[in-house]
Amino acid sequence: MEKLDARGLSCPEPVIMIRKAMMAKAARYEMIVDNIASKENVTRYAQHQGYAVSAAERDGEYTLTMTK
Amino acid sequence: MDAKRERLTIVAAGLVIGVIAATLARLGNPVNMGFCIACFLRDIAGALGLHQAAAVQYIRPEIPGLVLGSLAAALVKKEFAPRGGSAPVTRFVLGFFVMIGCLMFLGCPFRMILRLAGGDGNALLGLVGFAAGILAGVFFLNRGYSLKRTYKQPATEGWVLPVMMVVFLALLIAAPAFIHFTEAGGGPGGMHAAVWVSLAAGLIVGALAQRTRLCMVGGIRDLILFREPKLLLGFAAIFAAALLANLALGSFAPGFIEQPVAHTDGLWNALGMFLAGYGCVLLGGCPLRQLVLSGEGNADSAAAVLGLMVGAAFAHNFGLAASGAGPTGAGKIAVMIGIAAVSALACVNTFGKKQ
Repeated sequence: MEKLDARGLSCPEPVIMIRKAMMAKAARYEMIVDNIASKENVTRYAQHQGYAVSAAERDGEYTLTMTK
Repeated sequence: MDAKRERLTIVAAGLVIGVIAATLARLGNPVNMGFCIACFLRDIAGALGLHQAAAVQYIRPEIPGLVLGSLAAALVKKEFAPRGGSAPVTRFVLGFFVMIGCLMFLGCPFRMILRLAGGDGNALLGLVGFAAGILAGVFFLNRGYSLKRTYKQPATEGWVLPVMMVVFLALLIAAPAFIHFTEAGGGPGGMHAAVWVSLAAGLIVGALAQRTRLCMVGGIRDLILFREPKLLLGFAAIFAAALLANLALGSFAPGFIEQPVAHTDGLWNALGMFLAGYGCVLLGGCPLRQLVLSGEGNADSAAAVLGLMVGAAFAHNFGLAASGAGPTGAGKIAVMIGIAAVSALACVNTFGKKQ
């Protein structure tokens, strides 16, 4: 599983990061973001790509798990 | 929130914002200028005496309203998070040149939509340049452009710009002698809706923009980058609502000649908005979005807002801003320098040595 750290990055950078990673078409990705706009945008993009997304929040950081 | 609901929400917000913008122009703001972040920051810079263009000096309450509306929405939703440290000086410079581009066109991307909705054909050339500028920015985004990450900041860092906005409001109400106000009939600065109306409009639009992440640049950018239409729907909804409101209020005047606070030089309308769109993509959002992010505690966006204000002061102190009569020679040179400077920043932050 590929783990990506997009903390501190603002959109659209986290989405570009996940787009690039998803070109490998792995079954599972994990990404940490630290703002809600990034969480929403990455979630939306992953869902469009056919991934199921779950999010876990801890101290203002969100770990997004994307599986297909 | 699922994607469909997000889209419905941003369309609804866009419709409300479009009607508010058209109504503000009806209630006293200059025509097609219910909102213009560039023009309003320029007016505030003039009111503070940072430039001496007597026709454009007024503390526009919409600007503090937008920041404080965003702040309130962010506090309620627990999204207020002071952060910064992502190339603030670069952002200041980008903001500076975005303003140079906006004042060549005579409006920010928000006013560009409102000008289109008012029938101003010159804004079409602006839109073409704006889209081309966004494409230029996307070219670098796709190749790894980044201003690097932000870090958590102490609370004070996030509160500085909102507090500054409260001070602006206090200066507007107290009107001390050192604050400059354009006299009625003396130019666009003398045309404004009542203070409380403008403030309320700013607060509502600021809160809606915070909740929906509305961004004029993000719309075209996300469509190109990700085929994601959400933000563009907000942009389209503002246009549709302002157009219908203008038709209903009898404010729709299609044409190119003698449009209010606009000029007919198509090339420079396009190049001005090219610079604005290009710089805004590198900043991560349009001037409205920078205000909204500042309200969420983003100190980097606050640096961009200060850059926009200083850019406006320079534009009027050195004759760079266009007027109804058209662009100036110095303004054309400034836009070319701006495009070169923004390109240099884009290259360095894309192809420079990776950390």
